[in-house]
Amino acid sequence: MVETKKEIIIECKNLDVYYGNKQAIKNVSLNVYDNQVTALIGASGCGKSTFLRCFNRMNDVIDICKVTGEIHINGEDIYSKEQDVEKLREKVGMVFQKPNPFPKSIYDNVAYGPRIHNLTNSKKELDELVEKSLIKASLFDEVKDRLKESGTALSGGQQQRLCIARAIAVDPKVILMDEPCSALDPIATAKIEELIIELSNAYCILVVTHSMQQAARISKRTAFFHLGELIEVGNTEELFQKPKNKMTHDYITGRFG
Amino acid sequence: MNNKLNVKRKSAEKKFILLGRVSILLAFVFLAVFLFTIFKTGISGFYKSYIKLNIFFDSEYLELPKDYSDSNLRHADFQGIANKAIYKLFPNVKESSDKKELRKIISSYSNLTIKNALRNDKALLNKEVSLEIPLNSVFNLLNKGLLDENLPQEKRNFTDLQLSFFNQLKNKGLISKKFNWDFFKTGDSRAPEKAGIGGALLGSLFSMIICFLFSFPIGVATAIYLEEYAPKNLFTEFIEVNINNLAAIPSIIFGILGLSILIDFFELPRGTTLVGGLVLSLMTLPVIIVSCRAAIKAVPPSLKHAALGLGASKTQVVFHHVLPLALPGTLTGTIIGLARAVGETAPLLMIGMVAFVVNLPKTPLEQSTSLPVQIYLWAESAEQGFVEKTSAAIIVILLFLFAMNFAAVLFRNKFEKRW
Repeated sequence: MVETKKEIIIECKNLDVYYGNKQAIKNVSLNVYDNQVTALIGASGCGKSTFLRCFNRMNDVIDICKVTGEIHINGEDIYSKEQDVEKLREKVGMVFQKPNPFPKSIYDNVAYGPRIHNLTNSKKELDELVEKSLIKASLFDEVKDRLKESGTALSGGQQQRLCIARAIAVDPKVILMDEPCSALDPIATAKIEELIIELSNAYCILVVTHSMQQAARISKRTAFFHLGELIEVGNTEELFQKPKNKMTHDYITGRFG
Repeated sequence: MNNKLNVKRKSAEKKFILLGRVSILLAFVFLAVFLFTIFKTGISGFYKSYIKLNIFFDSEYLELPKDYSDSNLRHADFQGIANKAIYKLFPNVKESSDKKELRKIISSYSNLTIKNALRNDKALLNKEVSLEIPLNSVFNLLNKGLLDENLPQEKRNFTDLQLSFFNQLKNKGLISKKFNWDFFKTGDSRAPEKAGIGGALLGSLFSMIICFLFSFPIGVATAIYLEEYAPKNLFTEFIEVNINNLAAIPSIIFGILGLSILIDFFELPRGTTLVGGLVLSLMTLPVIIVSCRAAIKAVPPSLKHAALGLGASKTQVVFHHVLPLALPGTLTGTIIGLARAVGETAPLLMIGMVAFVVNLPKTPLEQSTSLPVQIYLWAESAEQGFVEKTSAAIIVILLFLFAMNFAAVLFRNKFEKRW
């Protein structure tokens, strides 16, 4: 398959991340293209989640974490002093490993982002936005009659789709997903994967995953990390079929990891 | 070998369970004995004995003009007409010493009852009305069967003559016993039959409200700041340790603090519920801070991350997500802290909330007592009538605390959200 030329949306240059004295990410440079899924794979503790959390500065939450290097999203240096973290996170949404809906109604879950960023002018607009987001997350049909019920009452897969709806309600450019299916059963996983592929038409999606099959199924590009280093990045098919690096080969054939 | 080990393990478990059951049983027995004795002596404190007397509002004797005003009532001898009414029941008693004994059966505060009757209905002047006059404390107790009439005369508070008067009155069906609502409405008194916990209840209520108003916002704000914003360094750690220590400081020390700072330095009025409430809020603060921090810690970080990931600021995360989830736990802690404060005596003694206060406090700036202080004061009283009053007041405070703890449980069950 020939890769269609896409626009670069994230440029990451010489990124280092330290937890105290320990270096978690070592001099990683990576470009991410818009409107496609990029998968980050690697063994546990290789730093792929840490790397992912650099893009919306969620690592700021951890006191001892220090990030050096540059990340530009749409040409903006997100680690510059002028960068407003809240604005950045509006642009770069995140879906977490464990579904984490707020203990509020389904409606309020989706409406939370638009509310805090003042994205709508009226109740009607907000209603529409919530509906649109739920439709995009292919959850609307299942919950349309019970939008006032608690989001935590949904099943695991539904909760994760609710979290995706919540993330896309603020209309981000990039969606980061940190092992979005690891807490779900195969059927729910299949639904989420389908959804990710669909959403990649409109968003740049970065997915951290433990499952190589999943990476193969949903992503166009894959980056393989090992012990904080980016070992290999390339077209998913190529990387899985003809890995250039021996370590990549060992990992995807199951020799370690 | 293995089997032997298993048997040993099983029997150890059984012993442990038995031990646990025995200790729970013991605790229950103590509780039951405690409650039983308190209620046994206390219940009668809620009742008051009365005698039905035909009171004649003699305008001449009372020196009241036809169009009298309330100020005239102040000087009228209502006690005298009550005495006259009881003399009338025993026409054979002529000796003034016997009369003296006879009139001691009714409360020396009977005038209040009679005065109020006249005040409420001015048309009663120069008419005879049947009124229920409170008995003197001794005969109140005697009527309730709390005094032993078989003791020799020197060992009791009433004479044989009084006893025979009393029994005659009783046989005529003039003596009755009623639930004493005034107990909750009146302040302290030297006479047990008139003393009530109204003032102490109001005092406790005022100081609790003040305590809540001060300690809750400050406590919650402190907890939020320490938990969510404060940098983790030696200084904040030092503060943390000290807050925890504060919860263990003997309460009387807070009283000294209140005395030297609030009263001496800020010159707030002594013995008022304002000062009392402030001192109690100092005591309650650490409890609230600790419980609020625990409740905040229990909020799953994944929820905070979810909100942060959507671009919420830290303050938005705190007020939209953390605080609503932490509030039930905080309120539970607050109620328990307040319940502790309500039962506190020592610091209130230090700031002078221990006076003999007859009037009900209308504002927090008036002298007042509180429930536990009132209990302390009555327990010290020599008069026998105060024994049942003390126990009755203890029952009131127990019910008060029980209600508060019950509210805390309800809060927890109703508002605790699961995630």
